[in-house]
Amino acid sequence: MDFTRRETLALGAGAALMSFLPMRANAEAVDDLIAAFTGGAEMGDAGVDLNAPEIAENGNTVPVEVSAPGAKAILLLAAGNPTPPVAQFNFGPLAGSQTASTRIRLAGTQDLIAIAQLGDGTFARTSKTVKVTIGGCGG
Amino acid sequence: MQVSMAASALVGASGFGNWSRLAAQQRLTQDQLLQFDTFGNVSLIHITDIHAQLKPIYFREPEVNIGVGANKGAVPHVTGADFRKMYGIEDGSPSAYALTYNDFSALASEYGRVGGLDRVATVVNSIRAERPDAILLDGGDTWHGSYSCYKTAGQDMVNVMNGLKPDAMTFHWEFTLGSERVNEIVAGLPFAALGQNIFDAEWDEPAEAFKPYQFFERGGVKVAVIGQAFPYMPIANPGWMFPEYSFGIRDQHMQEMVDEVRGQGAELVVLLSHNGFDVDKKMASVVTGIDVILSGHTHDALPEPVLVGETIIVASGSNGKFVSRVDLDVRDGRMMGFRHKLIPILSDVITPDPAMTALIDEQRAPFAAEMSEVIGTAGSLLYRRGNFNGSWDDVICDALLSEREAEIALSPGVRWGPSILPGQDITREDIWNVTSMTYPNAYRTEMTGEFLKVVMEDVADNLFNPDPFYQQGGDMVRVGGMGYRIDVTKPQGERISDMTLLSTGESIDPSRNYVVAGWASVNEGTEGPPIWDVVESHIRKLGTVTPKENTSVSVVGA
Repeated sequence: MDFTRRETLALGAGAALMSFLPMRANAEAVDDLIAAFTGGAEMGDAGVDLNAPEIAENGNTVPVEVSAPGAKAILLLAAGNPTPPVAQFNFGPLAGSQTASTRIRLAGTQDLIAIAQLGDGTFARTSKTVKVTIGGCGG
Repeated sequence: MQVSMAASALVGASGFGNWSRLAAQQRLTQDQLLQFDTFGNVSLIHITDIHAQLKPIYFREPEVNIGVGANKGAVPHVTGADFRKMYGIEDGSPSAYALTYNDFSALASEYGRVGGLDRVATVVNSIRAERPDAILLDGGDTWHGSYSCYKTAGQDMVNVMNGLKPDAMTFHWEFTLGSERVNEIVAGLPFAALGQNIFDAEWDEPAEAFKPYQFFERGGVKVAVIGQAFPYMPIANPGWMFPEYSFGIRDQHMQEMVDEVRGQGAELVVLLSHNGFDVDKKMASVVTGIDVILSGHTHDALPEPVLVGETIIVASGSNGKFVSRVDLDVRDGRMMGFRHKLIPILSDVITPDPAMTALIDEQRAPFAAEMSEVIGTAGSLLYRRGNFNGSWDDVICDALLSEREAEIALSPGVRWGPSILPGQDITREDIWNVTSMTYPNAYRTEMTGEFLKVVMEDVADNLFNPDPFYQQGGDMVRVGGMGYRIDVTKPQGERISDMTLLSTGESIDPSRNYVVAGWASVNEGTEGPPIWDVVESHIRKLGTVTPKENTSVSVVGA
């Protein structure tokens, strides 16, 4: 567990901040971002993969990889961050593979969402919960 | 009993002897414990989570071990009478003593101590006499957990395990020796150091010092052993001690490794795992092509393997108390059947291997005087295992409260640490057996009631998240000076309620600061005396240690 005074204060402040976040507004923002990307089209669940740790070793730098064979673009969102958009990866016709990896900062436990525009123009969505924990007592 | 593979359904037999008619230990013989009709063409020997216990000890299994989600009521989340009923174990039998908690003190005085690596050596040698090319696999948590292990930075265990001649090993607490020391030991190991999920933190690529798998040619069978280290090392333990390494479950990479070894002709794929049992069950369901998982970390001992799809999962206990033998019939590139036995290392029944006894005593000799000093006496049974509290942890929390003048004490929910019988001397070695670690500082700090709730909720979710891939495998943080109610069925943030300061009976005030003492912080630079000094000072003052029955945690939804 993280118990130094400084960490205690920082985490306490973070916890308080999260509880005041207007969650409803955040969810709406994510929905709006998805709608803007898909134009409101239906989304399937096959064709896009999102690889991220179940529990982040360090919430300040979480490795994330998205891939969607043949895709034109992939939108990556961190639904629980104050600013949910992470990246939009666009793949040109000469791209050797439609895979991208990066590291992102997560404000707390939340869902990562990846939406791909596939080669045929349809959309696919996947998500994964990444837990950001204060850690401590593994046996 | 002959075992075969019927169509696609794998069937097998477990030979955990039910010695229920044997009234006393005198009538149980080593031959009976080791009896095994060699089967098939490959033998695996599994030992895990030894936690540096070189000598026989007492070890009480848990009374409370709650499963959540799909694992509610499933093994290993079955204890006591229910466990005995499930496996047909008679009350008071050696199996009951080895596998359940009831009447522990009485049965312990009848059947004696368990474990001791010189007894383990006898068992391993006996299996090798029947199957000379048996594969011995160490599931990790080996170089941690005792006075001599701490003082030698794991060298005592390395020397003794080298004497057992394992074929491969995976890791967890080893990394708390610091990456420099781990790299130094691993570079000199005469066997494979495995972990498909041990990655370079900077590049997020497989770490060079640890191979993902090792091939063995045994009984005409090409066997691949894949390693899986504890996935949450930098979270559950201090990541600053091994900053070059990253871990994680990495089930996709696991599938790639299974496909890779199958592509190279593996006829039998064995996973040597430090995932913990429920994580291994889920891994067996999402990764295809693993025949056997040898499961460690959660310290469960099961008399039969659990079958998930066509994967058998074997759990071999902890602290040197058990060795599993798994014989396999592998033909035409497939596992066709198995025979399994969980062998309890009853130290009064199994003759120690003299060469190994000498090797162990040689490691301990430089510390014999310090270790054997008697600090106090146990007035009642001291044990640790269980989801919420153990009497040993109550003693540690009491020590933190009084020695560090705190209102609330927090002690980590680790699963290692032998038990002490009523009336037994408590030596310095005994104290170190339940406290030894490389980040032992007993801090004293202030926390608001609100932050205490955040801490409790965070740890509870590591244990009771319904998805095993989000669990870390320890038990709940032990708490002194504060009571609480926990509903294990609720999500994070809603499990903990009714937090009460026991000294006043008042509810915990979210905005008030409380003086909190604890140990095993994962933060770098934590200050305070080592926990073993705090506990030793407390026990010296008490003389006889008799912790009161702990009723401060109320559990709902189990």
